[in-house]
Amino acid sequence: MSHEHVSNTKRIWTVFGILSVITIVEVFFGITKPEFLHMNNLLGMNLLNWLFIILTLVKAYYIVYAFMHMEGEKSVLRYAVVLPLIFLVIYLLFILLTEGNYIFEVFKISTIKWNF
Amino acid sequence: METVTTENSVGKTWGGGNEPMGASYGKLMMWFFIVSDALTFSGFLAAYGFSRFKFIETWPLADEVFTHVPFMHGNPQPMLYVAFMTFILIFSSVTMVLAVDAGHQLKKDKVAVYLFLTIIGGLIFVGSQAWEWKNFIKGEYGAVETKGGSLLQFVDKNGKRVAIESFAATMPEEREQLTRNKGRWFMDEPSIPEYSVAEVQAGFKSHPDLLIRTETVNAEKHKTILTRSESELRLTQATLVVEGANLTRNEYGSKLFADFFFFITGFHGFHVFSGVVINCIIFFNVILGTYEKRKSYEMVEKVGLYWHFVDLVWVFVFTVFYLV
Repeated sequence: MSHEHVSNTKRIWTVFGILSVITIVEVFFGITKPEFLHMNNLLGMNLLNWLFIILTLVKAYYIVYAFMHMEGEKSVLRYAVVLPLIFLVIYLLFILLTEGNYIFEVFKISTIKWNF
Repeated sequence: METVTTENSVGKTWGGGNEPMGASYGKLMMWFFIVSDALTFSGFLAAYGFSRFKFIETWPLADEVFTHVPFMHGNPQPMLYVAFMTFILIFSSVTMVLAVDAGHQLKKDKVAVYLFLTIIGGLIFVGSQAWEWKNFIKGEYGAVETKGGSLLQFVDKNGKRVAIESFAATMPEEREQLTRNKGRWFMDEPSIPEYSVAEVQAGFKSHPDLLIRTETVNAEKHKTILTRSESELRLTQATLVVEGANLTRNEYGSKLFADFFFFITGFHGFHVFSGVVINCIIFFNVILGTYEKRKSYEMVEKVGLYWHFVDLVWVFVFTVFYLV
């Protein structure tokens, strides 16, 4: 409530431009799937997927910080919202994806067959 | 609300009127609701990732599943339609933040116009989602399921998908659908596919240029296509014809794929729908001048937070389901 009541329209349209460009880039790569990105892996995931995930996080940053006006909030509120989310999501993904990969290997390497 | 501000209550921590994080009660609670809802969606998406990693070699390829664009029937276009949906949602986010901005300047008419545009955007998105679901449920090519539960799809010698109805033989066999009024007790069955396994097998035999495509993703990141003799052998194990998708099985591949698709996009679509309803309520309040009397459009801001959150979730759903 204590924000200065100046119009932010210019910033809003800039962010809209950034989000649109990122989406167009994502769709472009999603359709063309360039070989050198799609077939080369970094840390167990191909470069194309890394690109998509990084672009998505950039989009998420702009939505939260500009549209939800997180940049105008006090830092205590910013960190109370953002840090638990980042920590818990990384934790959850690490556990579940590792476990999923483990089960895949059990099916593949052991004598248990699910696909016949 | 106007009588207490954070500035002149400094030092009176227990005296009331203190806003601990510099945000009003309502806004703070909206933020914490968003944190918990974000964790819910993260749980769903992480579960999707778990199942996908578990069946990483056989998971369906998204750009072969979501290829429908209105007025372009029979011309598969991956990504285009869902990109359109993404734009609609981002744009409705923009109009929402413009409404909040106009609210700060107490411009009632501008707030109303922007909120109205936001509602329209939300409705277009929900409608597009429904159309996407319709295509997903109806399916396009059909497939057969083997005794072991894996899925076989049909392609011609160029690797192009072939629909079952275009080659299946018609046999004189008739199989009546069991419905409630014909059963002895509360008996019925899911709708019977248009063609039986025997008809598909006979049709396959009489079209020597057809091949079978399995679920397995090969080194070139395409689905593996069997040779003709392997295909014939594999087809003898078929037990079911699968058309479209439901919660039990689907013609795209892994059974879990359709379950996660329905559950996650459905849950998100429900959020969009409730966002539209809440936006409508706020829209009428703006028209009636409720916030004009209050001299504060903070309610638009709080609802705006929710609406942006819905957009935020879609950004991740878009990536997880359609891109990676």
